[in-house]
Amino acid sequence: MTSLVSRLGPRSVALGYLAVILVGPLAIVFWRTFEDGFGPAWDALTTPETFNAFRLTLIITAIAVPVNTVFGIVCALAIVRKTFPGKSILNAFIDLPLALSPVVVGLSLFLLYGQDGWFGSWLSEHGIDVLFALPAMVIATIFVSLPFVAREVVPTLKEIGDDQEQAAWTLGASGWQTFRRITLPSIRWAVIYGVILTTARCLGEYGAVAVVSGRLQGQTETATLRVQERYEAFDLAGAYAISIVLACIAILVLVAMTVIRPRGEEAT
Amino acid sequence: MVMVGLPIAALMWEATSEGAQSFWDAVSSPEAVAALKLTLVASLAVSLCNAVLGTITAWVLVRDDFRAKPVVNAIIDLPFALPTIVAGLTLLALYGPTSPVGINVAFTKTAIVLALMFVTLPFVVRTVQPVLQELDPELEQAAYTLGASQLTTFRRIVFPNILPGVLSGVALAFAKAVGEFGSLVIITGNVPFETEVSSVHIYGRIESGDSAGASAVAVVLLAISFLTLLSIGVIRHFATRHDHD
Repeated sequence: MTSLVSRLGPRSVALGYLAVILVGPLAIVFWRTFEDGFGPAWDALTTPETFNAFRLTLIITAIAVPVNTVFGIVCALAIVRKTFPGKSILNAFIDLPLALSPVVVGLSLFLLYGQDGWFGSWLSEHGIDVLFALPAMVIATIFVSLPFVAREVVPTLKEIGDDQEQAAWTLGASGWQTFRRITLPSIRWAVIYGVILTTARCLGEYGAVAVVSGRLQGQTETATLRVQERYEAFDLAGAYAISIVLACIAILVLVAMTVIRPRGEEAT
Repeated sequence: MVMVGLPIAALMWEATSEGAQSFWDAVSSPEAVAALKLTLVASLAVSLCNAVLGTITAWVLVRDDFRAKPVVNAIIDLPFALPTIVAGLTLLALYGPTSPVGINVAFTKTAIVLALMFVTLPFVVRTVQPVLQELDPELEQAAYTLGASQLTTFRRIVFPNILPGVLSGVALAFAKAVGEFGSLVIITGNVPFETEVSSVHIYGRIESGDSAGASAVAVVLLAISFLTLLSIGVIRHFATRHDHD
């Protein structure tokens, strides 16, 4: 009897906690969205503004993810394989975007690229729009999703060691050849896992983009900004419909993470 | 480095450009202080809740066995994958004015705690889980056979081993909670002195064109983030040193 209580006690606490905080709220949104069938949700999604918002989100993600993938791999290689002055600072800096408030990130970029900012006057003299335009939104997104690939690749690189790489070098392979034929295949799953996390973060970014985008409807409004705009316009159906699409993407991300994680562990 | 360092340098510059006095004035304005207090108290409360509930959840995921476990395990990461603004909206759908269960906490401090609980849920679970997996169950079984109760076993055997994991998870959750913005904008209503946290306060300052004031408060948040990261580093250092002994 005691063992039954001690076994089921923690389980019901844990499951209850997850139900109240995570599953319950999400289930209600799904139910509310499709309360009146698929029609209203579909109509809310196919307005030109919403369509544009999703397009913009995809464009930003399509730029930010490859940039951060390359950067993350290079950073991870530098952290694990090289020794150079300032390495511990790089190590600390790479985690900072995880701990920093997205609003603070947005504000920093605002100060850098805004009219009175460090680069602002030079940019406006040359007629380049950064703030309240796509470039600032891309930079903000890259900033907040910076660490994910590096954080996944670093432990894998440490585990595989550099014996094989050194063997390749002594056999006359160039740096690039070694990377492509030896290093990349062994960190492949870690990279893919990192890319999935980066993508999720890019699609969902809100705070930093809210500050630097200026939220011009139809121009600099991403899907997440659109959710809030719809909510504030008392169009709950519209806000829910966009949220459902984003939530479905999040669920796909979870599925991908679950499929890839065990495989990544096998590989190492 | 340039990507992260330069914007932060610009932030520090702006915060101090009008002298120490105006920096202090912005940070110590009643609204800023109220927001910072609320941020810290709510984040601390949420971190402590996470320490308890996160540890229980991690324990269940490692030591318990039931059919839906793989699904539950995958769901833990949902707050990482779900956009924060969507998180806020979903919480409002269940615990807001249109709540089907009759609970309405919208625009209250409870809503802040709820939203922060949502976004910080994975941290402690995911730092404790691998440590528990490594921990040999035979240690616990040995304690049971020697007559220790379940609570004693947890307190004397499991807890000391997972403590570094719990602490670094709590620190990560705290850092996330202090900076959280997206999930709070919708659900809190952003009433100054009532439900306005620091990140929302900064956003308001930016909107009203006071970038020096916004930067001053932002530097305070930056310092908190940095200190939290530092303490995680220290916790990890001690934890790994213990391993090598």
